[in-house]
Amino acid sequence: MSAVPASSAAHDDILAVSGLTMRFGGIVAINDLSFTARRGEISALIGPNGAGKTTVFNCITGFYKPTSGDIRLTHSDGKSYVLQSLNDFRICKVAKVARTFQNIRLFPGLTALENLMVAQHNALMRASGFTLMGLLGMPGWRTAEKAAIDLSSYWLERIGLFDRADEAAGNLPYGDQRRLEIARAMCTEPALLCLDEPAAGLNARESGELNELLLSIRDDRGASILLIEHDMSVVMEISDHVTVLDYGVKIAGGTPQQVRDDPKVIAAYLGTDEETALAVMEGDA
Amino acid sequence: MAYFSQQLINGVVLGSIYGLIAIGYTMVYGIVGMINFAHGDIFMIGGFVALITFLILVSIGLTFVPVILLLVLLVAMAMTALYGWSVERIAYRPLRHSFRLAPMLSAIGMSFALSNFAQVAQGARVKPVPPIVTGGYTLFERSGFAVQLSNIQIIVVITTLVLLALFTYLVSRTRLGRDMRACEQDQTMAALLGVDVDRTISMTFVIGAALAAVAGMMYLLYYGLVDFFMGFVAGIKAFTAAVLGGIGSLPGAMLGGLSIGLIETMWSAYFSVEYKDVAAFSILIVVLIFLPTGLLGRPEVEKV
Repeated sequence: MSAVPASSAAHDDILAVSGLTMRFGGIVAINDLSFTARRGEISALIGPNGAGKTTVFNCITGFYKPTSGDIRLTHSDGKSYVLQSLNDFRICKVAKVARTFQNIRLFPGLTALENLMVAQHNALMRASGFTLMGLLGMPGWRTAEKAAIDLSSYWLERIGLFDRADEAAGNLPYGDQRRLEIARAMCTEPALLCLDEPAAGLNARESGELNELLLSIRDDRGASILLIEHDMSVVMEISDHVTVLDYGVKIAGGTPQQVRDDPKVIAAYLGTDEETALAVMEGDA
Repeated sequence: MAYFSQQLINGVVLGSIYGLIAIGYTMVYGIVGMINFAHGDIFMIGGFVALITFLILVSIGLTFVPVILLLVLLVAMAMTALYGWSVERIAYRPLRHSFRLAPMLSAIGMSFALSNFAQVAQGARVKPVPPIVTGGYTLFERSGFAVQLSNIQIIVVITTLVLLALFTYLVSRTRLGRDMRACEQDQTMAALLGVDVDRTISMTFVIGAALAAVAGMMYLLYYGLVDFFMGFVAGIKAFTAAVLGGIGSLPGAMLGGLSIGLIETMWSAYFSVEYKDVAAFSILIVVLIFLPTGLLGRPEVEKV
């Protein structure tokens, strides 16, 4: 594996992105981006449409190979992984990064429970002695299968879908599908959970529930979360740290309060220069 | 009536063999969206492996038939599964992310490669075996026509039923089955959840080939012969069965297999043997005109 000793300075950072550049032909989607996400915190990545947020996610989760730069993930035991050199299922299996998508990508034909069970593939894989013992119904596998069902039940109860466990995921209401997707990502027992616009399409009540769910994931499960979000009520309420992107460049970073008061951020969102933004802010006050 | 009953029995037996092969087509289509044209030849390889194993067992002096059958079954499944795995590894996996037609062309090439390999290695002549399982029952006799149910027919149908039950359990209740269904719906997402998609696809080919091997062995027992070309027609028929039942649907494959088997047998019995293939394929065309997704197929859902 690509485990190398972590440098002591970055020990608190679960994810360190440095000098990340992603070019598509002549278009520079991300330009020399550096930011970190701290362990046990909720970090948000925000920016206007087309700022390159999802591209960053795609680089982190192995969809794109960055043109240059380094994405380093460090587990709490000090092992660290260079994410751009791991491919597809190893990002989840070895580095323990899970993600959700802007548009829901549940397995619509599988039941809610089965969706959560698939996510526990690796735990079951080890216990099933790579299929063979599972086929023979060895006791070790039965215990593992039961543990997997228990974990799934825990999450189903947590997101209020316990009674609908055997319904096809594609038939659940939109808000339930969103939460099921997060629960599924959590079933992989990730070190870092990447959520791409989890509040998209949710109403005020549902996004309030989402906030609670995410905060409880951070506090009870000790998971670190990296979040892309447009819904400012979510970002401002739950994030510990916010990084702002515009045109593939980091333009600000800090606590939600700091970012909110940064004229550069306002300017980017309004699509104007800084002076106009300052004028708007003063007019507001 | 007696004549009809007899044809019904014959049709169900033939249909079981087609169904077992059809499952391999439908599974592979479900998970990688390609038609594995080499699957018919995998069935032929299964028949040859069964023949060779049988001859070896007999020549070392084994005479107890149930043991011979069991050993032949296991060896044929294992060896043919190995072929299925290798075909996927060599001919399809390198082309996985290539354009859509590439793996299909590769499959046609693989089909020729396998049948020519068998032709060169085993000779072009039809290989007969003496009847291994003999005997049977006369169910009833009416107006001078005796309805026969032979032991081999019973074995074919029971083996098929047992395998279907096992296979349904595998797909619907086990981790591997879950992974297979997940890969079928969204490979990228399955990989992001830690599922090794390549491995799951390999397992699909292995299982499909093992089922085809059973069909190959049943064919050998039932008709008492194998030849290097038998995979072609049987493969096309089974593929037709899979399409008829609704490609991608497992119960559909079995239902399609039974339908094709029955149509073919009934047509031969009441009209003409020469035109039995025409009948089978004509019915396919008619069904596809009125039910484009097959008997049990779901309409294609657009992926976002």
